[in-house]
Amino acid sequence: MSTAATLCAPPAILRERGQHEVFCGLTGIIWLHRKIQDAFFLVVGSRTCAHLIQSAAGVMIFAEPRFATAIIGERDLAGLADVNDELDRVVGRLLERRPDIRLLFLVGSCPSEVIKLDLGRAAERLSKSFAPKVRVLNYSGSGIETTFTQGEDACLAALVPELPAAPESAGPALLVAGALADVVEDQLARLFSDLGVGPVRFLPARRADDLPPVGPDTRVLLAQPFLAETARALEQRGAQILTAPFPLGVEGTTRWLEAAAEAFGRPASLVQTVTEPARQRAARALGRYRELLAGKRVFLFPDSQLEPPLARFLARELDMQLIEVGTPYLHKQHLAAELALLPAGTRIAEGQHVENQLDRCRVAKPDLVVCGLGLANPLEAEGLTTKWSIELLFTPIQGYEQAADLAELFARPLIRRTRLVA
Amino acid sequence: MELTVWTYEGPPHVGAMRIATAMEGVHYVLHAPQGDTYADLLFTMIERRAKRPPVTYTTFQARDLGSDTAELFQTAAREAYERFRPAAMLVGASCTAELIQDDPGGLAKALNLPIPVVPLELPAYQRKENWGAAETFYQMVRALAGPAVPPPGSQRPARPAGQAARCNVLGPTALGFRHRDDVAEVKRLLDRLGVQINVLAPWQATPADLARLGEADFNIVLYPEIAQQAASWLQRSFGQPMVTTVPIGVGATTDFIREVAALAGVAPEPALAGPELRLPWYSRSVDSTYLTGKRVFIFGDATHAVAAARIAAEELGFAVVGLGTYSREFAREVRAAAKRLELEALITDDYLEVEAKIAELQPELVLGTQMERHVAKRLGIPCALISAPMHVQDFPARYSPQMGFEGANVIFDAWVHPLMMGLEEHLLGMFREDFEFHDGAAPSHLGSHAALPEAPVPSPQPARDAAVAALAWAQDAELELKKIPFFVRGKARRNTERFASERGVQTITVETLYDAKAHFGR
Repeated sequence: MSTAATLCAPPAILRERGQHEVFCGLTGIIWLHRKIQDAFFLVVGSRTCAHLIQSAAGVMIFAEPRFATAIIGERDLAGLADVNDELDRVVGRLLERRPDIRLLFLVGSCPSEVIKLDLGRAAERLSKSFAPKVRVLNYSGSGIETTFTQGEDACLAALVPELPAAPESAGPALLVAGALADVVEDQLARLFSDLGVGPVRFLPARRADDLPPVGPDTRVLLAQPFLAETARALEQRGAQILTAPFPLGVEGTTRWLEAAAEAFGRPASLVQTVTEPARQRAARALGRYRELLAGKRVFLFPDSQLEPPLARFLARELDMQLIEVGTPYLHKQHLAAELALLPAGTRIAEGQHVENQLDRCRVAKPDLVVCGLGLANPLEAEGLTTKWSIELLFTPIQGYEQAADLAELFARPLIRRTRLVA
Repeated sequence: MELTVWTYEGPPHVGAMRIATAMEGVHYVLHAPQGDTYADLLFTMIERRAKRPPVTYTTFQARDLGSDTAELFQTAAREAYERFRPAAMLVGASCTAELIQDDPGGLAKALNLPIPVVPLELPAYQRKENWGAAETFYQMVRALAGPAVPPPGSQRPARPAGQAARCNVLGPTALGFRHRDDVAEVKRLLDRLGVQINVLAPWQATPADLARLGEADFNIVLYPEIAQQAASWLQRSFGQPMVTTVPIGVGATTDFIREVAALAGVAPEPALAGPELRLPWYSRSVDSTYLTGKRVFIFGDATHAVAAARIAAEELGFAVVGLGTYSREFAREVRAAAKRLELEALITDDYLEVEAKIAELQPELVLGTQMERHVAKRLGIPCALISAPMHVQDFPARYSPQMGFEGANVIFDAWVHPLMMGLEEHLLGMFREDFEFHDGAAPSHLGSHAALPEAPVPSPQPARDAAVAALAWAQDAELELKKIPFFVRGKARRNTERFASERGVQTITVETLYDAKAHFGR
């Protein structure tokens, strides 16, 4: 895209340290347990961890969910009980209740990290005792190490060593990394097939016993911007990470598909031809929302690391003005293509000092604030219009067919404001 | 280590947040990692508060653990003071910070802030939310009212003649089950009695208000889980008697009014029930006959569970078949209430245990929390909510107290409507089996081109234990059972099977059916 060159003055990056108003990595369990249908997530932590997941899940779910917390008690801390024996007992009870479980994640938390509970060894030990029926893996979702979506990164990174080796002579294969809604996966798979790109596999797979193979011929497209550890682990398995913008919006999706096509030696013109109908359709659907959103000023608080690609979509496809783009962490390499597409001089804020950021937000009086659940209602009460960012993780937003749905998420709060008279 | 699917209570620092958020002019500096900021959404999303809770989190990270988390805490406390200028500050640690032992109390003291700073020790691996709220409130009350405590042995001066009695109303917090509306209802009762409120706390109280607590003649403990500890200290320190009857239900509200009136030296009559109290008449009206002996299972915090048991048994004519609480601190009170009903109380915070108990008892109505609502939904049993943990639905837009006489009216509706809904579902189920009303039948006003009825839909049967499962029903007995009205059929089946298995009967005949009927009576 030639226009990009003129826009690509380096963005101004503001680094802040103060109160971080973000979830920890445990929160990812809420969508990961829906995605991997025979996996169970056992947090080894405190009552706070259990309460967090229950509260972040928003509503309590009817069925017994595939996640739980092994709550560390004072007996464990005082050494009156052997923590490892206790963990074995809890896992035994759990697997007895849930014979349908094939993959168990022991998920580390702040307290388990601080007391240096070795969940890696525990997972090995438990894997041996429950093999071959149940595989036990571990990762950390602790808030002292991970922010919100980094929990998914840690989970997928823990899966990577388990992936079977791709047969050597099999030729190039594409691996799409990052949890996507099933409907999005299916759409993208059809596009790859039409492009002659394949075989294509997705990580995480829907079932734990159907893990995708990986090897030196594997080309990896990241579907999410927060997968630093997963990408590193895949590279260690010999896979090659393709650099591209993320598949948000028409432009992002096209550029993302182009990266795959190029890696598989397919001509760029083919991408244009194959995606033409979907691009046209998406552009038509987006037009409705552009009318409403163009020129509106948006302020994004840090939450999921999706903020830079979202900002690019809002600025370039909906003509919104970016006041500030917060992100808990900026992975410059994975986001290089995204940063290059942001309007010149866009203010990016990495990390957070929530009070200072709120001050800036109030001064700027944006038309729309994208923020977490703790901030949304108080800002609404101050007269600002907000969009809760957590919805961006629970809603299918990637790909052409979802581009307008994504725009609609930002338009809805504004439309609502105009409708309410009383 | 304890396996938990859902938890009834949050950690104790969430209890402290409920106190800080309820009050004005208080700020809580919490040494905690970033994930703990989720607790803000309890207040902003579930309770829909328009302001963030007055809490600053230090949000330390792994990389800070090697350097200086203590300094991080001091910076956060200093900045919080400068930004929010509170009249008092609470400082403490969440579960993770408790492990790194930074001593927030000592660190805050070293800052020499010109306001009272109350350090909180809330053992997160031992205690839970309500305990944390009670302890926080107690520490606040002690710290702020402490300076006014008279020397030991001093006599409480008599109230001057002609001056209205004054009380403190203690217990309502942020994120409490109907606390907002209970406060309004209790205020109304006190107003009718001519009793003045000296301080209402922690709800909308300032630190200066807490300093005045000793001026009241007596205390009213609305929620013992939150305020009993503080009220006991006030009793010891200021000689203030306390009212601990919680005015939930007609009987308890009447007792409450009489107790308050006695302490205030006023006549109770102006506050006693008038025509606006409808529960007793609704309960006596003939259409409520079907409520008689309805088997109910009750579970919640101690205050609400005990109150619910009394209302269910004495004011609605239900049969309480199970009573329990997750409030271990008040297990004694719940055990006593259960004993009066000849039951053994279920004291547990294990949701799976509660679920198993409900499945075993097969009640006709569950009065519980959001957890029991889901259990009941799975088991197809009507349910009404009586207690926290809180859900966005527990903050209705309308006035909806549990306390006082209006609270009793609200409770009648809230508990009886799910039963009526249940009855309607049963009716639909019955008609589905009827030859005229099967699924394939066209609406009668569209003419009679109905299809033939399909096989009747089997009605769901309750889980039965092994001994009962081994029983066989003779065909004629099964047919006879079907002639029994649907709404008592399940009970007839259960009773007959129990009767048969207790007597070693292998095959249930028509005779067994009627023997059992005669044995149990209706």
